[in-house]
Amino acid sequence: MWKFIRPTHGNLRVWQVGLLVAIFVLWHVLTKPGLIPPFVFENEQQAAFFFGEPLKVFGRIWAWFVSNADIYQHLWVTLLETVLAFGIGTVLGLGCGLWLALSPMAAAITDPYIKALNSMPRVILAPIFAVWFGLGIASKVALGVTLVFFIVFFNVYQGVKEVSPVVLANARMLGASGRQLLRHVYLPSATSWVFSSLHTSVGLAFVGAVVGEYLGSSRGVGYLILQAEGSFDINTVMAGILVLTVFALALDAVVGRLETRLMKWQPKTSETEKL
Amino acid sequence: MLLLRGRRDRRRTKLALHPQKTADEENRLDPNDTPALQLAGVACTFVDKSDPSQRYTAVREVNLTVRAGEFVSVVGPTGCGKSTLLNVAAGLLAPSTGTVEAFGQPLVGINTRAGYMFQAESLMPWRTARQNVMAGLEFRGAADARARADEWLKRVGLGGFGDRYPHQLSGGMRKRVSLAQTLVLDPDIILMDEPFSALDVQTRQLMENEVLDLWAAKKKAVLFITHDLDEAIAMSDRVVCLSAGPGSHPIGEFAIDLPRPRDVAEVRATPRFVELHQAIWSVLRDEVLKGYQQQLAA
Repeated sequence: MWKFIRPTHGNLRVWQVGLLVAIFVLWHVLTKPGLIPPFVFENEQQAAFFFGEPLKVFGRIWAWFVSNADIYQHLWVTLLETVLAFGIGTVLGLGCGLWLALSPMAAAITDPYIKALNSMPRVILAPIFAVWFGLGIASKVALGVTLVFFIVFFNVYQGVKEVSPVVLANARMLGASGRQLLRHVYLPSATSWVFSSLHTSVGLAFVGAVVGEYLGSSRGVGYLILQAEGSFDINTVMAGILVLTVFALALDAVVGRLETRLMKWQPKTSETEKL
Repeated sequence: MLLLRGRRDRRRTKLALHPQKTADEENRLDPNDTPALQLAGVACTFVDKSDPSQRYTAVREVNLTVRAGEFVSVVGPTGCGKSTLLNVAAGLLAPSTGTVEAFGQPLVGINTRAGYMFQAESLMPWRTARQNVMAGLEFRGAADARARADEWLKRVGLGGFGDRYPHQLSGGMRKRVSLAQTLVLDPDIILMDEPFSALDVQTRQLMENEVLDLWAAKKKAVLFITHDLDEAIAMSDRVVCLSAGPGSHPIGEFAIDLPRPRDVAEVRATPRFVELHQAIWSVLRDEVLKGYQQQLAA
């Protein structure tokens, strides 16, 4: 029996889904009032109050997406903020990283300021952005950009610094102009570093959007969570968190797809086939 | 950033140079030709950026001439500044003193008439073999880049490997791609920095013969750096010996009068080859030992 269900590469997905189901079942068993006698809390309603019940959480999600279909405008706002923050932050980080890596003097002058900005707890800027840009999507995008920018920036900077001097000299000998060096040597060399940072930045762009909404907004999944928390509706809070997690995973998968397509020149560890 | 600065205007000064001719050179080359490459009084001193008192003179008082169509090898003990010399000739490194001229024109910035084959891996890993060979043509805006790249890939025996990335090729194949990448631009001066030192003996002899065939067909000026005296003698018209570093400089020059075309494997067995080898080795031996002692002491 064990021989057939032993974890292998073939049934990896089954095991992954099984683990998820097990977690939900455990959650259900521990929180459903009256199913088992309470052993942590004093009465059987408290577990459900603090941790929510998976069936009600799924019911909430079902209502959001199907029966009421009222989450789409909120989801759209959150995703728009995330994608904008991700895009703008990445482009700015790429541009500044390339610029500073290629002009050592500018890098030397701005070095302490960049370190200071990076070590500053930037989430605290959210209220300031709300004052500057209002309660619409602009203030959330701004917060997300500050989070994404530094991750991409430092990776591009590092990537350009680590360009192989021989490859660079070779490109120059082949007649590459300054612009061509940038396009054909520095950028491709930096992309491998950028992609490793993009997975982190997608998550942070989401954090920026949701935290921004949480601190003050009238739309977005963060707003829904805030509303639910105000009425101690833990099931809706959990449902919001689940929806956000799924969409963060989806965005990460998109970045992963893009990465395998653009980085196919990178050596994989093993390419032999067992016959 | 220096690298990104636009290409500077080159000063055009025509110098009529009459290199000193020896009996051996006279019957092969037109003595009125301006040399393809001329290094005069070149010295290179490196200064440690963090500690300016730390100075190292790699080469000094180097006078070296490569005539058009001539195959010149530079041999010397390890760490004697052979690569420094080549970087100076390529224009990647400005000499501390002395002048460099390519076809009579003083060198400013990159030597645009030269192609450089590096010792280390120099292919762009994000480009396929074909795209790597195309790179130089693409930078110059040539329209038929793809066709010419394919033709050269075939010529170096990699016709079916155009779509492979460098990491999917063996070391020998990568060197062939490098060779094609350099030669597809049809440079008038070919600089080679121990191009085959990383290859096994068989592949190496194949590549050496290939290079000789290609060179014989085009008769370009070649400056070939190697630590392998056999290779130097088998391939060149002239072998220049460098002394041990620091401050290494040419200590001997030998004309190689072995008949061409040569096969690098067969030529090694001829009596004239052995004679030349002994003559050059007698000059080189002390320097090699000196270099080795210095490395041990360091």
